[in-house]
Amino acid sequence: MYTAKIKITLRKTILDPQGKTIEHSLISLGYKNISGTRIGKYIQFNIDANSKEEATVITEEACKKLLANPVMEDYEFEIFRSGE
Amino acid sequence: MSKAKVGIVVFPGSNCDHDAYYVFKDILKVDTKFLWHKEGNINDRNIIILPGGFSYGDYLRCGAVSAHSNLMNDVIRFANKGGIVIGICNGFQVLCETKLLPGILLRNNNLKFVCKTVSLKVENNKSIFTGYYDIKEDIDIPIAHGEGNYFCDDVTLTELIGNNQVLLRYNDNPNGSIYDIAGIQNLKRNVLGMMPHPERVSDSILGNTDGLRLLQCVAESVM
Repeated sequence: MYTAKIKITLRKTILDPQGKTIEHSLISLGYKNISGTRIGKYIQFNIDANSKEEATVITEEACKKLLANPVMEDYEFEIFRSGE
Repeated sequence: MSKAKVGIVVFPGSNCDHDAYYVFKDILKVDTKFLWHKEGNINDRNIIILPGGFSYGDYLRCGAVSAHSNLMNDVIRFANKGGIVIGICNGFQVLCETKLLPGILLRNNNLKFVCKTVSLKVENNKSIFTGYYDIKEDIDIPIAHGEGNYFCDDVTLTELIGNNQVLLRYNDNPNGSIYDIAGIQNLKRNVLGMMPHPERVSDSILGNTDGLRLLQCVAESVM
C-alpha cells in the first residue's frame, strides 16, 4: 500500500486574491519580511499498487483527470510506502 | 411550433433548475424535462441546459465533480456531434471543466459573492443564442456567483475574439473577468456558457424580460 500526498497551487501567472489578503493580514501582525503568499490545496489518499512506479502513474492520471485543472493550477506530489 | 425538446440536467446542489424549467415549459410552451445526473443518456432531448447552483457543494473546484458525472459523458458526446448545450452560471463552470468551452472561472477578484443585476453588451448577435438581440444592445441580467472571473491564456483569448466566440460582455466588470467576458460560445457555435442568469429575467411579472429572448432564440432555432 502506498500513500500519495498531493499539493495543488494556483499557477504563478494567476493572481491569488486570497493569498494577497492573508499576506496583508500577516504584515499587519508584524511579519513585515513575508512575501509571495499563495494558497493551495492538499490532498492525500492511499493506493493499493504493486510498486511505487504504478502508484505514481495512477496519481499522475488522477491529478490530470480530476484533481487539478491545468488552465489554472499546478500540482506536485510525493509517494510514500504507507506507514513510512 | 418549436420542435425543441429541452432537457434540464439536475445535479445534487443545482438550484436554478426549476427556474429554467418554468421558463421553457410555462412561458415558451416547450416540451421540457428534467434529467437526473445519474441517467445514462439524454434520451430524445435536443437542447441541454446545465443550470445554475452549487453542484456537489462546489467541492474541489466549481463544476469539477459534475463534469465527470454519468450523464455528462453523454452530454459531451451530444455536444461534439453539434447538439445544443447551454451552461448558466454553475453550468458554465461545468462546461469549462469538461473542456467543451476553453478557459476557467476563477474566484471573483474581490473575493466576494456578487448578487445583482448587471448591464451586458451583446458583442455578437449572429448566433443561435443571441440572434434576437441587436448588435451592441445593452441588456440587464442578474448575476449571482463567487467564482465568475473568466480566465484563459492570451492565445485562447485572441482566438475567442478572432472567431467571434465572445457573445456577451459586462459593461461594468463585476468580477475581474478577462476582456469583460460574461458569455462565450464554442468554435462550432452550438455550446454557450454564461455567468448571468437569463432564466431569472424571463417573466414580465418580474419587471424585466431581457433574458427571455436568449432562451426563446435557442428554442426556436430547433425547427
